[in-house]
Amino acid sequence: MMTVVLSVLAVSSIGAGLALLLVISEKTVGNYGECTIDVNGEEEIKVQGGKSLLSVLTDQKLFVPSACGGRGTCGLCKLKVPEGAGHLMPTELPFLEKDEIENDYRLACQVKVRNNLSILVPKELLSVSEFTAKIAEIKDLTHDIKQFRFELVEPDRIDFTPGQYIQLKTPSYKSGIEEVYRAYSISSDPADKNAVETIVRLVPGGICTTWLFEYIGLDDEITMNGPHGEFHLSDTDAPAIFIAGGSGMAPIKCILHHMKNMDIQRPATYFFGANKVKELFLLDEMKQFEQELANFKFVPVVASPEEDEQWDGETGLVTDAVRRNVSNAAECEAYLCGSPGMIDASVKVLGELGMAEDKIFYDKFA
Amino acid sequence: MEELRTALTVGFAAIFTNNILLVYFLGMCPFTSVSREVKTAMGLGFAVIFVMTCTSLLNWVAYHYVLVPLELEFFRFIMFIIVIAAFVQFVEMVIERFSPVLYANLGIFLPLITVNCAILGVSLFMVIRDYSFIVTIAYGFGSGIGWLLAILAMAGIRQRMNTANVPEGLQGPGITLIIAGLMALAFIGFTGVLS
Ligand SMILES: Cc1cc2nc3c(=O)[nH]c(=O)nc-3n(C[C@H](O)[C@H](O)[C@H](O)COP(=O)(O)OP(=O)(O)OC[C@H]3O[C@@H](n4cnc5c(N)ncnc54)[C@H](O)[C@@H]3O)c2cc1C
Ligand code: FES
Repeated sequence: MMTVVLSVLAVSSIGAGLALLLVISEKTVGNYGECTIDVNGEEEIKVQGGKSLLSVLTDQKLFVPSACGGRGTCGLCKLKVPEGAGHLMPTELPFLEKDEIENDYRLACQVKVRNNLSILVPKELLSVSEFTAKIAEIKDLTHDIKQFRFELVEPDRIDFTPGQYIQLKTPSYKSGIEEVYRAYSISSDPADKNAVETIVRLVPGGICTTWLFEYIGLDDEITMNGPHGEFHLSDTDAPAIFIAGGSGMAPIKCILHHMKNMDIQRPATYFFGANKVKELFLLDEMKQFEQELANFKFVPVVASPEEDEQWDGETGLVTDAVRRNVSNAAECEAYLCGSPGMIDASVKVLGELGMAEDKIFYDKFA
Repeated sequence: MEELRTALTVGFAAIFTNNILLVYFLGMCPFTSVSREVKTAMGLGFAVIFVMTCTSLLNWVAYHYVLVPLELEFFRFIMFIIVIAAFVQFVEMVIERFSPVLYANLGIFLPLITVNCAILGVSLFMVIRDYSFIVTIAYGFGSGIGWLLAILAMAGIRQRMNTANVPEGLQGPGITLIIAGLMALAFIGFTGVLS
């Protein structure tokens, strides 16, 4: 008995002693004091050092894009940090080109604020705001895709370029899960300034999508920030080819609304890929666009329709359908959205059809 | 004097004849995953030398001055792991604070090392073999150098293999393990150097 008590005591006290040592060193060695961040040479913000530049800026409501939540795997949080960033971390190297390294670009999530810094952020980022919103509608589109409508509460208006995305703040809804941010393209009509809609595909075991699909309901309040992103319809008359399956439809749908609002007449074809007939969705809306937009054509493509499914449209991979239907690729522009695999395959096919690389625009949902 | 000689012998043996990696196959996980480039392998190797030496030393003190007097030797597993984890955390904090350059090169490897079984292995061997304090230092240091040597050799070979025609099914970890086996055979050649 004595041995048991003694051993528990000894091990716990050693553990506690070491933990205490760590807490003290965190407070002393790990205390970087107050640091100043100079933003674009125009504004100075005072922050507590010791955290990553990305999270410090997020705390200050300056929202740098990040799809991986600061794990250093998406490469979206690139910022110019001319002073005070310290040495380049090996984790940043895969995401920075040579000229970016020479020009002081860094991944904000990998730079730790230890001293005063100066950063240069694009003007658009400064216009990114944080919104609180209420879930106004949740609509099932397929077995694993839902459409969410978020009505803005504070501020109650958003201005964005069609094709851009918002970042949803996912709270730590279950123990062991930390708060994360995830990107979702806006799918709603840009004329509708008081709400945003998104189309989300459930990633099994995914932090944010599981939260959206299983933990929240109508009228719940959420927090998001935006708008972010460079993906948008260019200002030319070149025929547009849209390629997107599943939730990748989101930004394309938004762009179609925009084309309707602005009465943009340029020819446009949307190839929408799915595996099965039942994975197609929003077909009525697409039909409606075909009627309202003079030169728009919607081409749903089903990879392998099952025998009992009525399907007389295009079959095979979406890229096969593109090959069959596009004869003037060299003069078109392409807009792609979705998984990295689909995008890479489409870029390859478009290239083979004669499209120049600088005519292909995409948002990878990675 | 006698002890110093033992320390030197044990340290030398730890590098060659008793190489922790190639003879005992401890620390295989980072060995296979971080041996693609000589530069990173070197970073990890130095971090291992440092952590191995310091933790075996700290664990020696903890074992002989805490566990033995309290007759709690059987708790050494838990104790050693706690000490290693706390030490690595502490070192990470200190390096990050005082040497950002070193941190950029070494820091990312430190958490990887906490879970390296070679580090725990060295502490346990020092107990089983009843090493004195001085000998333990030599043993920890030597084992670290031995590990560095092994991973550097492997990284060198793998870098050269980038241009080699490895059968598809063997690429990556497969061929790495086969090379590790061949290297281990080569190291057996050192047996008998020390008696
Ligand atoms: C610019 C941009 C726009 C985006 N727009 C949309 C959108 O409109 N609709 C939408 O549904 N998503 C969109 N995404 C993807 C989205 O941001 C999330 O990555 C995705 O929803 C998964 O988040 P999660 O937190 O549920 O999963 P996580 O917790 O991030 O991931 C869980 C696991 O699943 C893996 N994983 C992550 N994503 C996928 C995937 N797509 N397929 C397979 N495995 C995966 C991860 O590697 C991890 O192992 C967009 C991404 C970017 C960068
Ligand atoms: S946030 Fe993804 S790399 Fe920094």
